[in-house]
Amino acid sequence: MSDLLIHNVRLLDPASGLDTPGAILVRAGRIADLGANLGRPDGATMVDGDGAVLCPGLVDMRADVGEPGGEYRETIASAAAAAAFGGITTLAALPDTNPAIDDPALVRHLRARGEETGSLTILPYGAATKGCRGEELAELGLLHEAGAVAFTDGARAIGSARMMHLILSYAAGFGARVVQHPEEPSLAEGGAATSGELATRLGLPAIPAAAEALMVARDIRLVRLTGGKLHFAHVSTGEALDLIRAAKADGLAITCDTAPPYFDLNETAIGNFRTFAKLSPPLRVEADRLAVVAALADGTIDAVASDHQPRDADDKRLPFAQAAAGGVGLATLLAVTLAQVQGGTITLMRAIELLTAGPARLLGATAGSLAKGAPADLCLFDPERAWQVEDGKLPGRAQNTPFDGRALEGRVLGTWKSGRRVFGA
Amino acid sequence: MLDLAESYVLLNRSGKTQRDVLRGRTLINLFFEDSTRTRTSFELAGKRLGADVLNMSVSTSSVNKGETLLDTAATLNAMNCDLLVVRHGDSGAPALLARKVDAGVINAGDGTHEHPTQALLDALTIRRRRGRLEGLTVAICGDVLHSRVARSNIFLLSAMGSRVRVVGPPTLMPADVERLGVEVFHDMKAGLEGCDIVMMLRLQKERMTRGLIPSFREFFRFYGLDAEKLAYAKPDALVMHPGPMNRGVEIASDVADDPIRSLIREQVEMGVAVRMAVLDILSRGSRNV
Repeated sequence: MSDLLIHNVRLLDPASGLDTPGAILVRAGRIADLGANLGRPDGATMVDGDGAVLCPGLVDMRADVGEPGGEYRETIASAAAAAAFGGITTLAALPDTNPAIDDPALVRHLRARGEETGSLTILPYGAATKGCRGEELAELGLLHEAGAVAFTDGARAIGSARMMHLILSYAAGFGARVVQHPEEPSLAEGGAATSGELATRLGLPAIPAAAEALMVARDIRLVRLTGGKLHFAHVSTGEALDLIRAAKADGLAITCDTAPPYFDLNETAIGNFRTFAKLSPPLRVEADRLAVVAALADGTIDAVASDHQPRDADDKRLPFAQAAAGGVGLATLLAVTLAQVQGGTITLMRAIELLTAGPARLLGATAGSLAKGAPADLCLFDPERAWQVEDGKLPGRAQNTPFDGRALEGRVLGTWKSGRRVFGA
Repeated sequence: MLDLAESYVLLNRSGKTQRDVLRGRTLINLFFEDSTRTRTSFELAGKRLGADVLNMSVSTSSVNKGETLLDTAATLNAMNCDLLVVRHGDSGAPALLARKVDAGVINAGDGTHEHPTQALLDALTIRRRRGRLEGLTVAICGDVLHSRVARSNIFLLSAMGSRVRVVGPPTLMPADVERLGVEVFHDMKAGLEGCDIVMMLRLQKERMTRGLIPSFREFFRFYGLDAEKLAYAKPDALVMHPGPMNRGVEIASDVADDPIRSLIREQVEMGVAVRMAVLDILSRGSRNV
């Protein structure tokens, strides 16, 4: 592979704080040099960035990639295509698959499946409990050894306080992080929307928004008790974020992420029973959306994840309460996050941090920075190029986007994985 | 619509029919949930207007209800039916169907969402007895949480200028229901104080499995309509119930059968007239009227 020089770009690297016009030199799949005054080595392939932003390949800390067992919804190959379109080069895959990722061999298998794509590193989560059923501890040590980056039961909350106590204690022995879907299951069971006026008007089975804060409060207490490391996924309410903010101030090992729907949409997106807007947790009232935006800005939220949940059309073409929850998010992760920059609530540096260095730190991954010597996982994007989300025309197999029709600014022009271009002409 | 329904009441009573209104049109009653009253009412309304009426009851016990719903929609679309009357156990199911079929879709009750023709017939019944809807105080009592009848009545009666109250235990009240413009009462006697109309709701017995109330007898003690509680309403207050009634659970038999104060049978009569008006008006576009 000849050298690659991407020049005439705005280099942006939140891990080092770098933000400068310049160029980046890639040699043998790694970042050889970068900066404002880079020479042009003989024989190097040249790419003119035309002033676009060059940042580390994005790190998505929460996605369902369909495998194993959900290949009719999405495959690793189709997810990788969507990821490349979205500038994502590293992705943490959820373990509540069929079978669940509760065996070390499956962890190694998923990592290998990612490598086969040539465009996407898959970092597997290990199941926190066997089969993600919440009943018995999974083999956390063996899973950790095989390369599981953290432990979670995916979209299922670890409901039993005793079980969460056990998981936090045991995982702490390996220094491993536990990821919780924070929703009290006995309050959430059968619910399709957030409790309140809208659900009442539509006659939908409802989940009180407090189901999230209840679980967050309980788990924070369990972290105090066990000294474990806990991460709350897709946090969506102001009340839960307040608890997390306070716990962080107390120095507890608590972190959290959110997903674009929770800062870009509110429950009115459900409209007249739009099942593509049925998510888990459900979309919230506007006040909660604003609280999520504030938490992106003040640092309470550590990462923005796609929360990619591919669904087959038949899983969504159902009466609302019966339709499957979840939306795809790989292709829109960057642009919907950039909408916050355009809206003036966060800086571009902060937005990219939430999509690169932030999640990389949580996953213990080497990705997410423009360090010399690091694999050249890169994302080149034009923060002002406009496009419109259209279901049916997104990359990847599943098309269930909650953002259908959304006009966005910020388009990925090129994605490189270990120096090889995997997206863009 | 209420005025037109009024004229159909007179026509029905006189024994005359207007079979040319929907002559040559096909109306399909598509019921995914058991219902005798509403289905019969729509059937009679359609036939009195001259439509060809077909009843389809689709079992909801099949594993994948939704697949049945859209498959059925595709089938019906191929049959070129004109009007589709839909009852379904899930909120929003008729809205979903309406996006998939060419026929006009009429919601005959969907989940815990709405039951528009029930609210229309209730409004017609009240208006005939009281001469107006504006300024009346209506108490809707019982299982408001699961009641599509309650929601449709709240929207319609509020729009027509009635003051609407909802009365029931907190566990059977939907969240933020007061934002729908109603006054909320958990004490039935206070809730009935000064009311013109007492509208009882059917307690959804199947919901009892979720343990939202401790027992039927406790429910009847605090929220069942008997003569003692009715005495708190205006002396000439009228009693309504969408049926079918759980006697001794939400309503005492002597109140339900009171010939002067109970409008329950009249509601059934008004149901046919209102549905005739609905079928008439909603098919006008396709009939180029």
